[in-house]
Amino acid sequence: MSTPSVTTPSRWRALTHHHLFWPVAVLVALLLVNVPFTPDFFSIKMTDGHLYGSLVSIVLFGSPLILVAVGMTLVIATGGIDLSVGAVVAITGALTCSYISDQADQNALSGVFLAMGIGLVAAVVCGLWNGFLVARMGIQPIIATLIIMVAGRGVAQLITDGQIITINSEPYKLIGGGYWLTLPFSIFVVAAVVAVTVALTRRTALGLLVESVGGNAEASRLVGIRSMRIKIMVYMFCALCAGIAGLMISSNTSAADGNNAGLWIELDAILAVVIGGTSLLGGRFSIGGTVIGALVIQTLTTTIYTIGVPTQTNLVFKAVVVIVVCLLQSPKFRAKVFGAKGRGKTAAPAAPATPADAAPKMEVSR
Amino acid sequence: MAEPQPVLEMTGIVKEFPGVRALSGVDFRLFPGEIHALMGENGAGKSTLIKVLTGVYSLDGGTVTVDGKSVLFASPLQAQQAGISTVYQEVNLCPNLSVAENIFIGREPTRAGRIQWKRMRKEAAELVDRLGLDIDVSAPLSSYPLAVQQLVAIVRSVGTGDSDGEGSGTKVLVLDEPTSSLDRDEVLELFRLMRQLRDEGVAILFVSHFLDQIYEICDRMTVLRNGTLVGEHMVRDLDQVGLIELMIGKALDQLEELHEHQLRSDVGETLVQAEGLGRTGGIAPFDLEIKKGEVIGLAGLLGSGRTELARLLFGADQPDSGKVTIGGKQVSMSAPNDAIGAGVAFCSENRKAEGLVPDLTVRENIILALQASRGWIRPIPVAQRDELVAKYIKALDIRPANPEARVGQLSGGNQQKVLLARWLITQPQLLILDEPTRGIDIGAKAEIQKLVVSLSEDGMAVLYIAAELEEVLRLSHTIGVLRDRKLVARLTNGPEITTSRILETIASGEHQ
Ligand SMILES: Nc1ncnc2c1ncn2[C@@H]1O[C@H](COP(=O)(O)OP(=O)(O)OP(=O)(O)O)[C@@H](O)[C@H]1O
Ligand SMILES: [Mg+2]
Repeated sequence: MSTPSVTTPSRWRALTHHHLFWPVAVLVALLLVNVPFTPDFFSIKMTDGHLYGSLVSIVLFGSPLILVAVGMTLVIATGGIDLSVGAVVAITGALTCSYISDQADQNALSGVFLAMGIGLVAAVVCGLWNGFLVARMGIQPIIATLIIMVAGRGVAQLITDGQIITINSEPYKLIGGGYWLTLPFSIFVVAAVVAVTVALTRRTALGLLVESVGGNAEASRLVGIRSMRIKIMVYMFCALCAGIAGLMISSNTSAADGNNAGLWIELDAILAVVIGGTSLLGGRFSIGGTVIGALVIQTLTTTIYTIGVPTQTNLVFKAVVVIVVCLLQSPKFRAKVFGAKGRGKTAAPAAPATPADAAPKMEVSR
Repeated sequence: MAEPQPVLEMTGIVKEFPGVRALSGVDFRLFPGEIHALMGENGAGKSTLIKVLTGVYSLDGGTVTVDGKSVLFASPLQAQQAGISTVYQEVNLCPNLSVAENIFIGREPTRAGRIQWKRMRKEAAELVDRLGLDIDVSAPLSSYPLAVQQLVAIVRSVGTGDSDGEGSGTKVLVLDEPTSSLDRDEVLELFRLMRQLRDEGVAILFVSHFLDQIYEICDRMTVLRNGTLVGEHMVRDLDQVGLIELMIGKALDQLEELHEHQLRSDVGETLVQAEGLGRTGGIAPFDLEIKKGEVIGLAGLLGSGRTELARLLFGADQPDSGKVTIGGKQVSMSAPNDAIGAGVAFCSENRKAEGLVPDLTVRENIILALQASRGWIRPIPVAQRDELVAKYIKALDIRPANPEARVGQLSGGNQQKVLLARWLITQPQLLILDEPTRGIDIGAKAEIQKLVVSLSEDGMAVLYIAAELEEVLRLSHTIGVLRDRKLVARLTNGPEITTSRILETIASGEHQ
């Protein structure tokens, strides 16, 4: 006598319920949008032993964003946020480039390594500062990291004397602009960082503890998790990722621009994390989701150019896509729009569920 | 005698969650002017039935009628507007807001679109008064202990609708385990109010795992088992033994032997020694000695400092006087870490705020304490982890027995068991249990008490806090009596110690 509910094949159901389903679906859709405008969008050509093609460039140009977003994921999972990553990108680039430019031989490997080391240490120190303010002093993360976000660009300017430092170093160029095994070298850097992050969080208990701290801070304290340490570590790691992104960006242009390097990257990174399915409230996180989220954003940027959205409206266009993605991920929204189980205010006696019909029904109760 | 028309009727209710059929074809009816108990084990589907009724969950099958009209609430707000007020099992209020704001949230008295703060505070104070409670409505909710917060939730639901005198008012009042954190006097207070409302014609749906309370206040009951309806009975037609059999499908073990056993058993050498331990505003400095294998029960009214005492012994709050030695070594107690390192475990009474990480799975929640003590770098090997988790899921009969289930989706009683498992797995020397049987069904309650006895037999010291004096009396070797945030007496349990003797000590506050 009870109405049997619609039986969707359970495999399809399992698929659509996978936490990466919607981000991947959006990514694929965005990629497909490009095809009518650039028919050879998916083709990859080999020239001079290097692979070229739109897909390769998306990953290449998206590399810094992926790096920053991966670090941001962990910070967000602890219930925090890091607004300073853009400034850290600038500081790292500025320090590294200014050190290299001071060298007699800019191509000397030892000099380049030392320069990169200095840049990355500076980044980690920024992260330590953020972590200290958040975990130790109990300052709201958004405020604590705002300090470096604002002051950091000034520091970068100081380092470069307000100039754009250009360098001419072959080895350094490799990180952000070189090729290795036919692929852009930065893809390997990103792959390595992602792999290390996944191993660090899932092979050890770090991921669990981070999710616990973000999911319920008081319970975590009572269970004996040293959340202060974990938070500081996570902010340092996030800054390190931003530092590597800073190397990549300055390497790609062979220049350090204290003003514009990594400008607004923190916002794209936060978006990427959210699109990837990690809640801004903290708790469960997904590195894989974040990578896809970052690719979505990069693809979006590429798409805006290929389909020729007028530059004035291009931010609006981006905003619309982001809203759509976020809505698609909300179970409530999906239930309302695609929901097989429409629920009205006055009940028709347990209306047999309409099969998921093509035309989405918008039903606003209340 | 024609039966009156039910104010609420639910027929053939079906609710499915991924992998679980929480309700399969349950019928339920509620008449005006009655108090109706919804009974069943942990996970039987009581809370789910309530949430389906009030629009928290959507319905997968069946019909709901209110006053003979078919309805389907899309949100709790709609249900409330239709006269169905609910207090959910997990207190769901805003700790940062004042008591008055919490009572009126979502239906603040307004004039010309602006909130009338004065009037709100006045009406809140009146409501609180009517319940006979001594609460400052302008204080933030978080300044009160959990039990008072629970009362505020009740005040809030009772206050719905009838404060403005706007016609309808509350027709149905749903209380999902409202008494689990109240003490005797507050329960009586609540019952008085429930009777008053019943006599005004309100239909009340009441969930509780305290059978005595059911028999004291309810007229009729509906019993669920594993999501199916077992039967509807008048309370006077069914005795406790019969009810338990209906609920758990078998007769219950007797607990009397436990008491006998505890009285006979010996305790070991001193494990924990607290001297002059205290915290201003929490509890006055106290001395306490806990021996290996000893169960110390704490008795006292709500707010007498039981939880505060326990928290000091765990380093959850920092003491500002005194010292603690555990196993001969002094422990600084500046953070829970110190205590955990010394082998202390603490199961908080407030499982939602201080216990569970709702987004994590059962497995992850169970291993959390053990993992934290190992540090992040040394994860528990997968095989060992799965074995431990499986063992404790089985030992405590956690349902569903699925380590991958999100803890937030478990029924209240099963969540409590997960917390217990979390600490048992660390094999502590001193286990502090603050209201461990809260929200746990009668069968599991017995299991937990047996567990405490067998743990103490194996040499574990247990500090046991429970509102039910019978429980404290049954399990403890020693009973600490608290009053006005002071440890006023230590009674050695024996044949001459009875609940009334403890109550006297609480009342007089005299030393032994
Ligand atoms: N949101 C949810 N998602 C998945 N399963 C759920 C959800 N809520 C409840 N369940 C499952 O439905 C069943 C019934 O749970 P319910 O909370 O109704 O039990 P209960 O009778 O209230 O128990 P208790 O006495 O412990 O509070 C349980 O097996 C529970 O795990
Ligand atoms: Mg329940």
